[in-house]
Amino acid sequence: MKFGTETVALSLFAFAALVAAGFGVDEPFRQHMWVLFIVLLGFVAVLLRKASFAPAAPIDPSAYMDGPIRYGAIATMFWGVVGMLVGVIIALQLAYPNLNIQPWFNFGRLRPLHTSGVVFAFGGNALLCTSMYVVQRTCRARLFGGNLAWFVFWGYQLFIVMAATGYLLGITESREYAEPEWYVDIWLTIVWVAYLLLFLGTLLKRKEPHIYVANWFYLSFIVTIAMLHVVNNLSMPASFLGSKSYSAFSGVQDALTQWWYGHNAVGFFLTAGFLGMMYYFVPKQANRPVYSYRLSIIHFWALIFLYIWAGPHHLHYTALPDWAQTLGMVFSIMLWMPSWGGMINGLMTLSGAWDKIRTDPIIRMMVIAIAFYGMSTFEGPMMSIKSVNSLSHYTDWTIGHVHSGALGWVGMISFGAIYYMVPKLWNRERLYSLRLVTWHFWLATLGIVVYAAVMWVSGIMQGLMWREYDEQGFLVYSFAETVAAMHPYYVMRAIGGAMYLSGALIMAWNITMTILGRQRQEQPIPGSVPALQPAQ
Amino acid sequence: MGLMDRHAIIEKNATLLLVGSLLVVTVGGIVEIAPLFYLDNTIEKVEGMRPYSPLELAGRNIYVREGCYLCHSQMIRPFRDEVERYGHYSLAAESMYDHPFQWGSKRTGPDLARVGDRYSNTWHVQHLSDPRSVVPESIMPSYAFLKDTPIEVKDFSTHLVANRRVGVPYSDDMIAQANADLMAQADPNADTSGLLARYPKAKVGDLDGNPQQVTEMDALVAYLQMLGTLVDFKHYDEAAGYR
Repeated sequence: MKFGTETVALSLFAFAALVAAGFGVDEPFRQHMWVLFIVLLGFVAVLLRKASFAPAAPIDPSAYMDGPIRYGAIATMFWGVVGMLVGVIIALQLAYPNLNIQPWFNFGRLRPLHTSGVVFAFGGNALLCTSMYVVQRTCRARLFGGNLAWFVFWGYQLFIVMAATGYLLGITESREYAEPEWYVDIWLTIVWVAYLLLFLGTLLKRKEPHIYVANWFYLSFIVTIAMLHVVNNLSMPASFLGSKSYSAFSGVQDALTQWWYGHNAVGFFLTAGFLGMMYYFVPKQANRPVYSYRLSIIHFWALIFLYIWAGPHHLHYTALPDWAQTLGMVFSIMLWMPSWGGMINGLMTLSGAWDKIRTDPIIRMMVIAIAFYGMSTFEGPMMSIKSVNSLSHYTDWTIGHVHSGALGWVGMISFGAIYYMVPKLWNRERLYSLRLVTWHFWLATLGIVVYAAVMWVSGIMQGLMWREYDEQGFLVYSFAETVAAMHPYYVMRAIGGAMYLSGALIMAWNITMTILGRQRQEQPIPGSVPALQPAQ
Repeated sequence: MGLMDRHAIIEKNATLLLVGSLLVVTVGGIVEIAPLFYLDNTIEKVEGMRPYSPLELAGRNIYVREGCYLCHSQMIRPFRDEVERYGHYSLAAESMYDHPFQWGSKRTGPDLARVGDRYSNTWHVQHLSDPRSVVPESIMPSYAFLKDTPIEVKDFSTHLVANRRVGVPYSDDMIAQANADLMAQADPNADTSGLLARYPKAKVGDLDGNPQQVTEMDALVAYLQMLGTLVDFKHYDEAAGYR
């Protein structure tokens, strides 16, 4: 029977969830297990409806496996909109605190939902589906392991649902970007090892002698995230039928472990993985070879070696010993070089094709992504300098920095990749509308500019207000006064975020129509088709 | 054969690429994090640190659950303005029993490392229930529901045991008395001599203005009121603590 084993296994897990919902020692855990039970029951129902006793159709081993990639592209779009919407909501909560609805929709519970939603649900699905797309095409090999890719895809979605519902129920380890509790962490570990096997297995059965540079980045991202996730989430549950666990480390060691993880969630999840994306989709869309092979070798090894050291710059002037802070700062500044190596290699790939920025909105999106990557990887090392950090730390400047990287680099390169992939995955001649891509581009770009500029002002302003003394030597501002001063900036920030979100909604519409096979009748982008010469 | 040409060896071998990148990314963590576990001077020598009382630990879990760390730091940096605003700069020793740490990364609200004993219990309850009634500029959400939520205790000793397994020095006595201590700390009529012997300086009595039951508000206030109060800085040797 098709899916026989899977259905039985899922039913057993659903039953286990039901038992845990009955015997859980704390209320959030019982509620969380009910959620798990209902989700698994949904999976079982879907599988039963698909049950068939006909012999399975033979699979062409030479064809690429694109099913999970199609689902992944849709999931990327869906979670992207959800995560950004939650972002706009919490931005508004900071401007208008009455929008908090206790207990489930208070800022403190929604904020991890936003960060995990955009980093792991949107970014994670983008990485998952593009890595499966790229590895098959650059290795000329079908994905390894039969249905393993489906397990990775659906297993990852289950992780997202469990993490997201857990945050709303108040289930968190309080480790930024690693908030899910111990049982969700264990599940992610299983899915991630399966992902590593899937990717490595496909590399091993490749028909190309060389492993393409995009795959170096994807592979190092997958293996490093595995290491970071396991070490940072080591913890001791109070009960195996409860949601609460206590971190294996304490205080200063715990802080550095967390920021070793936290900074490399940026370095490997949001940088190395997306550089892999850049190395495939930019040359493809520009129809030009990668600028420099030697540069890609040097900046790959330098980037992954240096990034790992940069964590302590999140803990400047704290109780972390000075030697560790200084070490972190030095390596963060050195990191500027390999980061710009990547930027140069991406930008210069357009050599000989720069005119496409004018005529191809997808290339424009990719180029602005690389430009924002260069901007934020300059800003980051600058902020890691201790004297700069003494002002910027604890303020909105950090939030602005993260968003110019996340919205500018991660978001834009993912949008570009999805715009490239979707017509090919569904065998469409072209996108529904290129003009809508232009709209998306400008809404997103202006949204980021508003967001980042506003956060620079509010961050630097609040930092300066905290440390301002009058001529008699008294602090000028109470803390509450500095909070009140933030209000106009919080409103403007929400507007910037809403612009970015509206761009993503336009994209969702465009992608949906493309998948449905529609084509919008529109004027071509000026310059994209050669102008006809009048007959002589 | 140049170095760049030799790279072809790695490029043609997926296992080598995997092992190579894994080795390269482990170095930084080993050099930076591992020494913190064995260098003696990582944690300053102080007097007064003790594990959290059961009610404080329960309150801390609520602090974590509600994501307070996302807007409040618990880490005072050694700058003139911060020390004047919040008190003595934070020591590593003060979070040595914190699993997990709560240093935070953003100050949308003020630092809380030494908020203990600064305000009355009544102020905290009022502020948590309706922040803008006491601080008009505040943008903090309301946590009024904590007052109405009785604390759910099945067997709180399991939490102390889990902490002991990761290194917090809870004694057998503390673990045996966990549930009783948790209820006694917020009960104005309880005999708290044993509790205070086990957990010196713990804030006892009716904390949330409702002596009838022990609520999540009691626990959170008990935690907030002890923050930063344990170490006596009159006896702290600053020079010896420098790292």
